[in-house]
Amino acid sequence: MKKHEHTSVSDRNLFGFWVYLMSDCVIFAGLFATYAVLGHATFGGPGSYELANLPFVFVETMLLLTSSFTAGLALLSAKQGNKKTVVAALLATLLLGAAFLSMEISEFIGLAAEGSGPGRSAFLSAFFTLLGTHGLHVFLGLVWLIALIISVVRRGLTDGNSRKLMMFSLFWHFLDIIWIFIFTFVYLFGTLAL
Amino acid sequence: MLGKLTLDAFIHGPIETGAQLIVILGALLVIGLLTYFKKWKWLYREWLTTVDHKKIGVMYIILAAVMLLRGAADALMMRAQQAVAVGENVGYLDPAHYSQIFSAHGVIMIFFVAMPFMFGLINFVIPLQIGSRDVAYPFLNSMSFWLTVAGAMLVNASLVIGEFSGTGWLAYPPLSELQYSPGVGVDYYIWALQISGAGTLLSGINFVATILKMRAPGMKLMHMPIFSWTTLASMILVIASFPILTVTLALLGLDRTLGMHFFTTDLGGNAMMYINLIWAWGHPEVYILMLPMFGVFSELVPVFAQKRLFGYVSMVWATMLICILSFVVWVHHFFTMGAGANVNAFFGIMTMVIAIPTGVKVFNWLFTMFRGRIIFKTPMLWFMGFITTFILGGMTGVMLAMPGIDFELHNSLFLVAHFHNMVIGGVVFGLFAGLAYWFPKIFGFMLNERLGAYAFWCWLIGFLLAFMPLYALGLMGATRRLSQVEPQWQPLLIVAAVGACVIALGIFFQVLQIIVSVLQRKKNPAGNDPWGGRTLEWATSSPPPAYNFAHIPEVSGRDAFWLIKQGTSGSASASTGSATSTAGSLNANESAGLVKIELPKNTPLGLFIAVAAGAGGFALVWHIWWLAALGAVLVVACALIRSFDEEVEYEITV
Repeated sequence: MKKHEHTSVSDRNLFGFWVYLMSDCVIFAGLFATYAVLGHATFGGPGSYELANLPFVFVETMLLLTSSFTAGLALLSAKQGNKKTVVAALLATLLLGAAFLSMEISEFIGLAAEGSGPGRSAFLSAFFTLLGTHGLHVFLGLVWLIALIISVVRRGLTDGNSRKLMMFSLFWHFLDIIWIFIFTFVYLFGTLAL
Repeated sequence: MLGKLTLDAFIHGPIETGAQLIVILGALLVIGLLTYFKKWKWLYREWLTTVDHKKIGVMYIILAAVMLLRGAADALMMRAQQAVAVGENVGYLDPAHYSQIFSAHGVIMIFFVAMPFMFGLINFVIPLQIGSRDVAYPFLNSMSFWLTVAGAMLVNASLVIGEFSGTGWLAYPPLSELQYSPGVGVDYYIWALQISGAGTLLSGINFVATILKMRAPGMKLMHMPIFSWTTLASMILVIASFPILTVTLALLGLDRTLGMHFFTTDLGGNAMMYINLIWAWGHPEVYILMLPMFGVFSELVPVFAQKRLFGYVSMVWATMLICILSFVVWVHHFFTMGAGANVNAFFGIMTMVIAIPTGVKVFNWLFTMFRGRIIFKTPMLWFMGFITTFILGGMTGVMLAMPGIDFELHNSLFLVAHFHNMVIGGVVFGLFAGLAYWFPKIFGFMLNERLGAYAFWCWLIGFLLAFMPLYALGLMGATRRLSQVEPQWQPLLIVAAVGACVIALGIFFQVLQIIVSVLQRKKNPAGNDPWGGRTLEWATSSPPPAYNFAHIPEVSGRDAFWLIKQGTSGSASASTGSATSTAGSLNANESAGLVKIELPKNTPLGLFIAVAAGAGGFALVWHIWWLAALGAVLVVACALIRSFDEEVEYEITV
């Protein structure tokens, strides 16, 4: 009876988290739509063609994709009950995520230093906001991840921690997918000057 | 240290100072009463920290009632201004203040009256109706509520400190940009709605999960009461549309706070982008409010007509169709944008198509009443008022759906009359009907019928007096939001002002009704099933115990409680051994065995998160950066504390 109730709690929470992710998807849909509408409103400032530094973005992408892979590894090891591997994989995710975030921040600072900050044109406002919102999600994900690592170290792979690990990994993969869209629509289309 | 906040923010003209004093005195009165009666501890333990969906529902309704008084005061001031400010006379409100009043009126009535009132009913009724002990995420529920309160408090704070937005309820740019609205009003607007909007979104997720995952065993989707269906549709709309509001307001906030250029007139900004985005949320919002009210009426019409609901399946399909169509009509709010004839024709036709499922619903209610033995209690009076006014509003809506007519009537008082026709005649009457219908269940005693009927007639007559003239005025060319009007409009505006006073009389009767009913509560106990209900909320006691049902009922068809009363349903009645006994057969004291029930523990974290969010919002309005950062850190910290707390339930035996 007890066991049964707990699985249903987990099922319920996971379902709710999926619904939350869908609503977050709508947030990004709104930002992508705004980016699409304002994409050519450069007003004399740099456009997406000038911003698309593909090798740099490729490294960013690889960092985030690898961090998704390590998050997946953490989930797999949690299923096998291997606490040490879980912690190691989560730490790797943390480092990769932080590396991604610092690259993004340095890109932003560089642009702002060139006088191409978010206030330069409507296009740059949309660019910074779309990427910044994704970056903010990554940042909050990292905060959550730190708390999760501490909790796993202290309490082990309890039901609650396994559930949170599952939700975290969903969140992290979700951010990865959003990044793929950003990579495609912002950087690749930018390079092609579409 | 305090950003833009200086003593000047507290100094206003005479009328605003009056409002300021009312807010401050009101707050002091509440604090004083609580201290005098030593109720702080009780308030904190029983209410502020509760995660019980029933108490949260009651608090939502109290919030809505308080804010209704403020929104109604705004309405009366507007009507008074327009009735006197004719020709040379400038009236008693200056244009800037008048703008703030009509903006505050709209914002308050939609976000802090209609929404919380609706969520109050949903909170109270849904878990009972689907035979559940609570919502899917009780803590999230308390947090949602307190975030809504935090938003409302920011709007009220703007009355005392600084000013409110004067840009209308949707804050169209470029007017709402820093260039044209340099004050803090629009920032109050943005942050009040962001914070309460986050609460609404979380509630949406909560209720979708509740309805899909927490139904009593045996209750299939097509067994659900229509109120549960319409709430499900409405909450799906919340999840799909409130993020758009979040994005839109965030972009406006970025323009204003960080100097970006999304909607400005310079550097490539595009104001029409805002208007598209806000209506992509705004139109579904209309149905977020309206659909649950359709549900309320679908619950009470069968009960008071003493017949099964006509056309259950078509009702469900109509609901889901409205849910989808509400996303493809947003351009009808600005046909005048100039999107072109084909685009406007598409959105015009889609708008008219919505009238079809709505018509299905109207006919279903009428056929339910047909050959029924109708009991005209207050809830049914509200329904009769609804159906007449709502059909009228629907027809003017179809008129406005034609782009050609809309070009003439856009931004006129005709439009104002139309949407008040829908929102008062539809949503507000629905809310009052729902409250009258479920009040006995919520509090365990009946409302006074006579005063309820007085209130209804005042509202209905007052509504007609206040808004029918506006249709005529709109056709005469009167635009909305004018602080000074043409002399030939004055007679009809005076009629409208009289109408507003009649509505105020209706509100007075409602307050009186509640006071009288509370005083006479011993004489009018509700019993479990005062109306002869058909759904599960009437199967438990009034008010229901914290755990709702000692034994979760088993459901084998639509109108689950009706089936139990008829003795044709499952184990719930069988286990008590009295299949045909009326209400209460699901209660513990009548059953033999003891059961252990796990209930969520009270927690103050939802309240703390909302206080931190509210303080952060206030800080962002006034550019007090350290406080904004502190607020954000506290929100995240509280969320993490809660997330890693594993002792969140307690067990009781009943």
